[in-house]
Amino acid sequence: MEKVLEDQYLEEDTQKGKYLTFVLGEESYGIGIEHVTEIIGILPITEVPELPAFIMGIVNLRGRIVPVMDMRLRFKKTFNEYDERTCIIVVDINENSVGLIVDSVSEVTNISENDIVDQPLLSSGASNQYIKSIGKVGTDVKLLLDCEKLLTHHELEMITEVNQ
Amino acid sequence: MTNFENEPMLDIYIYETSMFLDQMEQVIINCEKIGYLNDEAINEIFRFMHTIKGSSAMMLFNNIAQVAHLLEDVFYFIREKKPKEIDFSTLSDLALSVVDFVKVEVNKIKNSDAPDGNPESILEDAKLFLERMKKNNKVEESVEKPKTTEKQQYYIPQEKKSKDVASNYYHAIIHFEEGCEMENIRGYTVVFGLTDLVEEIHYYPSDIAENENASEIIKEKGFILYLKSELSLDELNKHLSETIFLKELNITEITEEDFKASYHQLDQVLESDVNFVLDENVLDHERKEIAETKENSETKENREIKEKKDLPTTSSAMISVNVEKLDILMNTVGELVIAEAMVTQNPIVASIDSESFQKSSRLLHKITGELQDMVMSIRMVPLSTTFVKMHRIVRDMSKKLDKEVVLDLFGEETEVDKNIIEKISDPLMHLIRNSIDHGIESEEERLEAGKSKVGNITLGAKNAGGDVLIIIKDDGKGLNRDKIIKKANENGLLERSPAEMSDREIFNLILLPGFSTKENVTEFSGRGVGMDVVAKNIEAVGGAVIVESEEGIGTTMTLKIPLTLAIIEGMNIKVGDSRFTIPITAIKESFRPKMRDIIVDPNQNEMVMVRGECYPVLRLHSRYKVKKAVTNFEEGILIMVEYDNRILCLFADELIGQQQVVVKSLPNYINSIKRIVGIAGCTLLGDGSISLILDISGLTGLRIR
Repeated sequence: MEKVLEDQYLEEDTQKGKYLTFVLGEESYGIGIEHVTEIIGILPITEVPELPAFIMGIVNLRGRIVPVMDMRLRFKKTFNEYDERTCIIVVDINENSVGLIVDSVSEVTNISENDIVDQPLLSSGASNQYIKSIGKVGTDVKLLLDCEKLLTHHELEMITEVNQ
Repeated sequence: MTNFENEPMLDIYIYETSMFLDQMEQVIINCEKIGYLNDEAINEIFRFMHTIKGSSAMMLFNNIAQVAHLLEDVFYFIREKKPKEIDFSTLSDLALSVVDFVKVEVNKIKNSDAPDGNPESILEDAKLFLERMKKNNKVEESVEKPKTTEKQQYYIPQEKKSKDVASNYYHAIIHFEEGCEMENIRGYTVVFGLTDLVEEIHYYPSDIAENENASEIIKEKGFILYLKSELSLDELNKHLSETIFLKELNITEITEEDFKASYHQLDQVLESDVNFVLDENVLDHERKEIAETKENSETKENREIKEKKDLPTTSSAMISVNVEKLDILMNTVGELVIAEAMVTQNPIVASIDSESFQKSSRLLHKITGELQDMVMSIRMVPLSTTFVKMHRIVRDMSKKLDKEVVLDLFGEETEVDKNIIEKISDPLMHLIRNSIDHGIESEEERLEAGKSKVGNITLGAKNAGGDVLIIIKDDGKGLNRDKIIKKANENGLLERSPAEMSDREIFNLILLPGFSTKENVTEFSGRGVGMDVVAKNIEAVGGAVIVESEEGIGTTMTLKIPLTLAIIEGMNIKVGDSRFTIPITAIKESFRPKMRDIIVDPNQNEMVMVRGECYPVLRLHSRYKVKKAVTNFEEGILIMVEYDNRILCLFADELIGQQQVVVKSLPNYINSIKRIVGIAGCTLLGDGSISLILDISGLTGLRIR
């Protein structure tokens, strides 16, 4: 009993193992809570020209200018009109603040390391390179994002976009 | 000063002392420019030193106090004795070395190090200077100021008393400044200061020391004095006009009869009041007592008064605020603006049909707007403080190198974000040094070249097309193309054949690390680490260094500081749903074109004829792929912009209005993906929406290339 309590305490003490889960279409994704600074509803977006399509533009987050990225487009899904369930998850990755536009935010959940499995390398779908691993929560499966990769690799992608 | 309680005091000490030092430096350098010390300057320096000495002694920084004390002595001597021969350049050197010493010490204190600098050499210099000055001006040793520094302002040489000169009689009315408080004590100070100068003194109200109501009487009627003294009217006038917080002084010479009559009259007015004739004996007897209490009260009081007096003249009611707090304030106000827009533009609220509500919501809008403007402008600091500091550099350099150099400033009121100012101060200093050391020739060389023997350096700033340009221009020998190529070749800095390179490219070679054309290294520059550091520092704030030069005529260095956080006056325009802001300085005119003025060349490039001139047209909506924009020329508007003599007409839907905007850079993430040509940054409009700021230099360059 004591051991369980201690474990729980440890889990609560650190942000490790906590994930913010959100939904894109049918799938559920998770992002390490340590990256998340806040969740806001959709804001008016100012388009910035000459950028990759998944970067919707910039928003004014209380005087701070933050670029926003549509996660659907990022993962090569079809674009969905924004509604009142649409959320911007503001993440801080390598000192860059970026807003991620998602269909909706679900919850913050604990996924212990035992429930996380490496992502199979078989598939070569577009979104796979951003998926670090897969977490199991009960019967659900959450795709856990690799935040660093979300912001890098864009050059490569832009080149392929141009080629297409 | 590790004690926590002392820290606010320490902060104030550091702040004030640095401020005084800066002011004093300016005073000295200004005097040097006009070539003599005027009374005002002497008094000012004296006061600065006195205050620094006092506060340093209070904070137990004895080294500083010692140095300040000695310099104070020097200036005291000058002030009181008015020596005819002053070795002026030595004096200003001395004063500046004191300033430097104290600055270094204060810096140490700021970094919580012990102020352990050794003032011996400066003290030695100062003593020597004082001695020499005394000797040259044949002043007897006895005149030397007494050791008690607090009394010095009231010290009056003894021999004056003993001289037997016919006495004059005076009537004086002194009015103190309103709100200076403690008029009675001030009056008392005046009387005490006069006791050695006059043979007889009567004053009203006579019970100033004891009667608190005396203040009121003095406030109302002034402080009335009847004096018998051998001093001339001028001397007396001069002495009294030094009274602190003096507002009005009225001295008239009267006859002996009048004198007697009047003070008797005065006595009658005062009825039973003891007429307080300060006769010499009484005074001597009392003086000890008075001096003791006075030394205490006076030093404190005087210092206070002095500080009060000094502050408003130069630094008009300034406070220093932590920049972090300003950032927070700025963000909060940004939030407020959005919240305000959210409330007033809410459909439910907007449908309220009430005039008074509309009125108050407009008022709210106006106030939040003003608040935002204010907050944004707070961070902006004029370049003048940085520029003015350069006088000192020029002075030191020209003295050491024996070149006469004049520094001219312009545009110093240009405002730049505080952070940027801090980062450009060192590079500026470096460039100025370079100009004097390498640019300006020696006197003979200049005369030979047919130039005036005095070298000129111009330091200026201006807003240009959304950038702040800082220009350092000298009329020296300019850069030698061949020398640079040779040197660059030696150091392996050439990447292309020099024949292919433009002058500008070649001049820019001097910005590379490890480049120095000056054969001999001097104390100030020439180690070849200068220019590349300058370039790096400027690049660090996102700016650029542009070198232009003409051999034999001079060199111009231009620092192009980005508009990050600089406030610019901008014209907001609408293109489809997008908003753009054009720096107002770039706009020449705007007009609605007529179809017949539009010319299209075979490559589908559009041009417009204006008053017989043909200008290229850039459609912003097609350039930036903006949807839902006006495409018909006759429905939109053309804005003619100019940068660097290149003119371009931008086509937009409509003008929204002119506004001061604070320029923000685009987020790093976006900059890392792509540098968008023609977009310099973005800004927040009053309603919280974002507008992109157009980079006119980028857009005009687009077409020409």
